[in-house]
Amino acid sequence: MHSTLARIASALLVSTALAGAAHAETVRWARASDALTLDPHSQNQGVTHNFNHHIYETLLDRDTDGNLQPRLATEWSVKADDPTVWVFKLREGVKFHDGADFTAEDVVFSLDRARSEGSNMKQLHAEVKEVVAIDDHTVEVRMVGPSPLYPNNITNTFIMDKGWSEANNVVEVQDFAAGETNHAVLNTNGTGPYRLQSREVDVRSVLAAFQDHWAETKPAVTEIVYLPIADNATRIAALLSGDVDIVQDVPVQDIERLSSTAGFKVETGPENRIIYFGYRFGEEPLKSSNIKDSNPFNNPLVLEAMHLVLDRDAIKRVVMRGQSVPAGVATPPFVNGWTAELDAYPAPNVERAKELLAEAGYPDGFTVTLDTPNNRYVNDEAVSTAYVGMLGQIGIKVTLASRPVAEHSPIILANQSDFYLLGWGVPTFDSAYIFNDLVHSKTDKHGTYNVGLYTNPELDAKIVSLGTETDLDKRNATIAEIWKTVQEDRVLLPVHNQVLAYAMKDNITLAVHPENQPLMTDVAFD
Amino acid sequence: MLTFILRRLLQSIVVMLVVAFVAFLIFRFVGDPVSSMLGQDSTMADHEQLRERLGLNDPFYLQFFRFVANALQGEFGISYRLQQPVTQLILERLPATIELAFASATIALVFGIVLGIYTALRPRSLETAVVMTVSLVGVSLPTFLIGIGLIYVFAVELKMLPSFGRGEVVNLGWWRTGLLTQSGLRSLILPAITLSLFQLTLIMRLVRAEMLEVLRTDYIRFARARGLSKRAINFGHALRNTLVPVITIAGLQLGSVIAFAIITETVFQWPGVGSLFVNSVQVVDVPVMAAYLVFVALVFVVINLIVDILYFLVDPRLRDGAKSGR
Repeated sequence: MHSTLARIASALLVSTALAGAAHAETVRWARASDALTLDPHSQNQGVTHNFNHHIYETLLDRDTDGNLQPRLATEWSVKADDPTVWVFKLREGVKFHDGADFTAEDVVFSLDRARSEGSNMKQLHAEVKEVVAIDDHTVEVRMVGPSPLYPNNITNTFIMDKGWSEANNVVEVQDFAAGETNHAVLNTNGTGPYRLQSREVDVRSVLAAFQDHWAETKPAVTEIVYLPIADNATRIAALLSGDVDIVQDVPVQDIERLSSTAGFKVETGPENRIIYFGYRFGEEPLKSSNIKDSNPFNNPLVLEAMHLVLDRDAIKRVVMRGQSVPAGVATPPFVNGWTAELDAYPAPNVERAKELLAEAGYPDGFTVTLDTPNNRYVNDEAVSTAYVGMLGQIGIKVTLASRPVAEHSPIILANQSDFYLLGWGVPTFDSAYIFNDLVHSKTDKHGTYNVGLYTNPELDAKIVSLGTETDLDKRNATIAEIWKTVQEDRVLLPVHNQVLAYAMKDNITLAVHPENQPLMTDVAFD
Repeated sequence: MLTFILRRLLQSIVVMLVVAFVAFLIFRFVGDPVSSMLGQDSTMADHEQLRERLGLNDPFYLQFFRFVANALQGEFGISYRLQQPVTQLILERLPATIELAFASATIALVFGIVLGIYTALRPRSLETAVVMTVSLVGVSLPTFLIGIGLIYVFAVELKMLPSFGRGEVVNLGWWRTGLLTQSGLRSLILPAITLSLFQLTLIMRLVRAEMLEVLRTDYIRFARARGLSKRAINFGHALRNTLVPVITIAGLQLGSVIAFAIITETVFQWPGVGSLFVNSVQVVDVPVMAAYLVFVALVFVVINLIVDILYFLVDPRLRDGAKSGR
């Protein structure tokens, strides 16, 4: 794919470009943790994708409003005579960092790698049957059935160079379980706007602007110094002392202080992540409750009471210091299927909740254990603690079991919890992603996080139909029907959507990205 | 002498095995590495498959046995989090921790001994009262508060020193040092002070107590009666006899400075093995945690061994015992 000549030419170009870049604008960008690996298909994790988005590129991308945008693909559509095939037209004149040309065979190679056995991205490509290059700049992705939403799944699937991957023996995704190491974990060759200059894992990584990048406007930031700083207080102190320029993970308690400090500003915006409570369904009595002959959560009146006693505005004001968007439906507003009507929530009404509980046959309330993580979401433990107090007002006596996420997750995944707090991001921006994992009955393929084991066969059939329905109006109508049932059955008890905050020096502008994946190409200087 | 060292070595191996065993017992309760490795898009089938491949479904004793067998060959596996060999990760980060530990041990020793002597010689002066009171703060304030306080004063307010990290580093072979650049040295100051404060107070109070004790002994009185100079008495006789226990304690404390730099490293984002361990605990990176704990045990065992050998050389009673074939 690449000739020695091309490599020398690009090396020359880069060296002259570097010599010319005397007015380089460097941004020192700090956040809580480092990318886990640079191998683009090895981890499906936000921080890792965010970093890799600067080096590698995807066929499609999302803007800060969540809409799909062309990136390495300029056009995408379902094939006229076959609803199971997606056709991608590729951008022409794109170069990899080593000078090789970007062509269809790189896309075929990368998509095949992303859906291979060792890849952590493979779930997002589960419906792909084969990927075929039609010509140098056209790729067909053939699916097992109609897949109207497939383009939503590929915004974090990066394109690698086939020739480079073969030359460096990284055709397979690293199999670390077998004790293998891999060249691609620390080395890169992408088409992205920046190329890797140096990397010290957990310490600092330096990226420099790639002069041959295809974009017409060159980014204002010519050099990125990426600095993971784990401790909240140290990260903020680094900004205040002038050692870094942008801090991505700002604790809520620091937002007000930072925005009132001269020389700094804080950008906030909603994150695509809903925080909710879930509970155990079914006839079987709860393990952690004093009610031994029935399951109180299986009674709609009890769930109604718990909904009524949750004071979302108080949680926003006191626990989140104003930094949350209270929610009445378990989906962020970015997501297809969200409506303001669904998102409405009632004013808390303790008297009515007490009546409902008595009507349900629990006039004295009951006891139960609430499982909550304490280091995963913003103030997660404090949100749970607040709700425990609210439930206490109607006689539901809750024992709080607070654990780090590494211990919380196994309990959740093994369906060991009666009552739990969880958060859910929606990377496809479509309700089907929520239904598949949180609402569909638990099977090998679906309902992974349906912790309460809610089942509704009629709903399951509707959820599965969303995957192949190509008539978008009809599909949206089905989504609305599913949400209606989910709300009526109170499958999930939404609390709020999280708000993200980025702090920076006041001569810098960077908007909050709903998936918390800001690109330094979007940075502007005053 | 040889039997003594051999016996000590055998004991050390037992200690290491016990540490590894206890570590493995604990790992079963820190959570599930698989869920943080796979992310929310994974299915239950993926989870089960990965658990199987990592050998996490095997019985405890089998996992422990496999770990010991591999560790004996210097093989600690691949980090779940960073997907790099654990031995390499620890070796890369060891220089940072060792430089920090030695810098803070030096600060602790120099200031601890000087202040200890001063406060012993002038027990009733105002300066002594001030030093003793401030040193109370040193032992009672938690390390992270001291660290954040220093960052706030010297980095945020005065903007004199960097707030985090290790500054520029220079590679001397595989050893990555921060001692040869200006920014590296500047970065070392605050973390070294933070880490040294507790040991400094400890050494100072030890020196002071020992010195006060020695100054009351008969031979010091006789020395005074003989009309020796104050300087000769204080430094030639009193201090020398004070230092024996101080050296023992300081040696042992060096081990704990290396092992427990965790908090200081986290507060200052110091890229050493301690912060590697903290990052690993959060995602249950078992290979790194296991290797780190074994490494810390090794540090303690080696230092204890050296101290024991030194005793052997210093204390004739031990030597005679060995000669008689015990």
